[in-house]
Amino acid sequence: MIEIEELVYTYPEAGKPALKDVNLQIRKGEFVVLAGPSGCGKTTLCRCLNGLIPHFYGGDLSGKIQVAQLDVLSHPTRELAQHVGLVFQNPENQLFSLTVERDVAFGLENLGLPPAEIRRRIDWALEAVGIGKLKDSAPHELSGGEQQKAAIACVLAMRPSVMVFDEPTSFLDPASAKSIMETVAKLNRELGITVLMVEHRLEMALKHASRMVVMEKGGILADGDPREILSGAAEKLRGIGIPKVAELHRLLAEKNLIPPPVSLSPEEFSAKLMEALNR
Amino acid sequence: MIRLEKVSFSYLPGVEVLKDVTLEVREGDFLAVMGENGAGKTTLIKHFNGLLKPTQGRVLVDDVDTGSATVAELSRKVGLVFQNPDHQLFSETVEDEIAFALKNFGFNRAEIEERTDQVLRLLSLEEYRQASPLTLSGGEKKRVALASVLAWDPKYLIIDEPTIGQDYEQKSNLRKFLSEISREGRTVVVVTHDVEFVAECSCKILLMAAGRVIASGPVEEVLTDRELIKKGALTLPQLVEVFDPLSRLGFPKAVFGVEEASELLMENLRRLKRG
Repeated sequence: MIEIEELVYTYPEAGKPALKDVNLQIRKGEFVVLAGPSGCGKTTLCRCLNGLIPHFYGGDLSGKIQVAQLDVLSHPTRELAQHVGLVFQNPENQLFSLTVERDVAFGLENLGLPPAEIRRRIDWALEAVGIGKLKDSAPHELSGGEQQKAAIACVLAMRPSVMVFDEPTSFLDPASAKSIMETVAKLNRELGITVLMVEHRLEMALKHASRMVVMEKGGILADGDPREILSGAAEKLRGIGIPKVAELHRLLAEKNLIPPPVSLSPEEFSAKLMEALNR
Repeated sequence: MIRLEKVSFSYLPGVEVLKDVTLEVREGDFLAVMGENGAGKTTLIKHFNGLLKPTQGRVLVDDVDTGSATVAELSRKVGLVFQNPDHQLFSETVEDEIAFALKNFGFNRAEIEERTDQVLRLLSLEEYRQASPLTLSGGEKKRVALASVLAWDPKYLIIDEPTIGQDYEQKSNLRKFLSEISREGRTVVVVTHDVEFVAECSCKILLMAAGRVIASGPVEEVLTDRELIKKGALTLPQLVEVFDPLSRLGFPKAVFGVEEASELLMENLRRLKRG
């Protein structure tokens, strides 16, 4: 679904590349969490996937980027938008209409779809993210979590096969963040949408993920099963903020008090701990 | 001391965003304001420097009613760092950004230079001195906004969502930094959703919901109370989730750090297993 080969990218007038020799293959239906310290290239990589880089940002790019069988370099952003949707940190920056319905309609009208199809897609997308009732509400009256769901609906209505989320919960309270994670997991599970999510709140994101990719200084540092990656050497992963239960599990596993691999949630850890106690 | 007496506030007639809020921020306090999106947290702190004036009730900053002082006068004492740094930054270089308020407050050139150097160093921004704030990442912009306020050395430092856009290491640096200036006696108020960040700060929590303060107390009390967590749209810190059920085996509930947790478990696991 996503194929990146030997990608090197440098922003205009930047001295050194933001992405260095990135190779990444993501299959249909995967839920990949992309982690790494600030400035490691996560957002830059996201921008490559719908052609914002290089079509909008310019700069020097070499290598291959293919998304949904389309070569990103030779297709305009407008065409790519129907295959890969981006959702950003702050939903306020993405919503601008007087009603949620108008916001979702905007992208669809730009595709030139007939009105009946537009209405059908709006209803479908709002139901899919669980805010069907808010169709006529003004975006600025919604809670942060509802706004982010509206922003997701705008992207979902374009029926992309890949959705890329760049820190979608940063501005949200924990309860709303959890609800956004569950919504994304549902889109992945029930609609088969391939998900790539940049997220610092690993404790919330990883339990839904099938795979984890860690970036550092423009390259890929680790790629694989989240439990296995987090069970490994902690030192090189310091910058990403290992979830506290995973780190606790790793420390106890080192002393042979409970077996690896590490847990990704408190529930999972508690269950393993009880098992160890009863053995 | 910043004192709010029965403060209510509405942006639109009939829609109260703050409802009858009475509270005190004492000198030297380290306070985290938490609660769901739309609870009124940002509206609350905008009352601290007079950006907003109460519809009812009054706000006193060191006994001065904010209704009778200008924002400029109040800002000298109460420094506010906004949630979105794009709303705050406008200069061509980071250095100018920091100098701007200092000039307005009448500092002389030598002082401006000294203070600029100092805050750039404190927030690891030295390499960006000549950079345009607009070219920085979200997390860096946030630190520039903080630096520009910190430079004029306000008695009360109020920061809206300091952890957004900061990665793990930067957050941990920020926590150390805030804890340190708090220990040195500066009053620090942060608005944040970041439960894990707050869990490892030794601060007090002010929990808001629907325009009211619904609880206030030390981290150990608020972040271990399931009822309050639910009302405030928070989640329990991960390790509290682990230790809460273990409390019947004699473990403490309020465990926030990984090191503390692993020591507690290592000491007791072998004992419990044998027992």
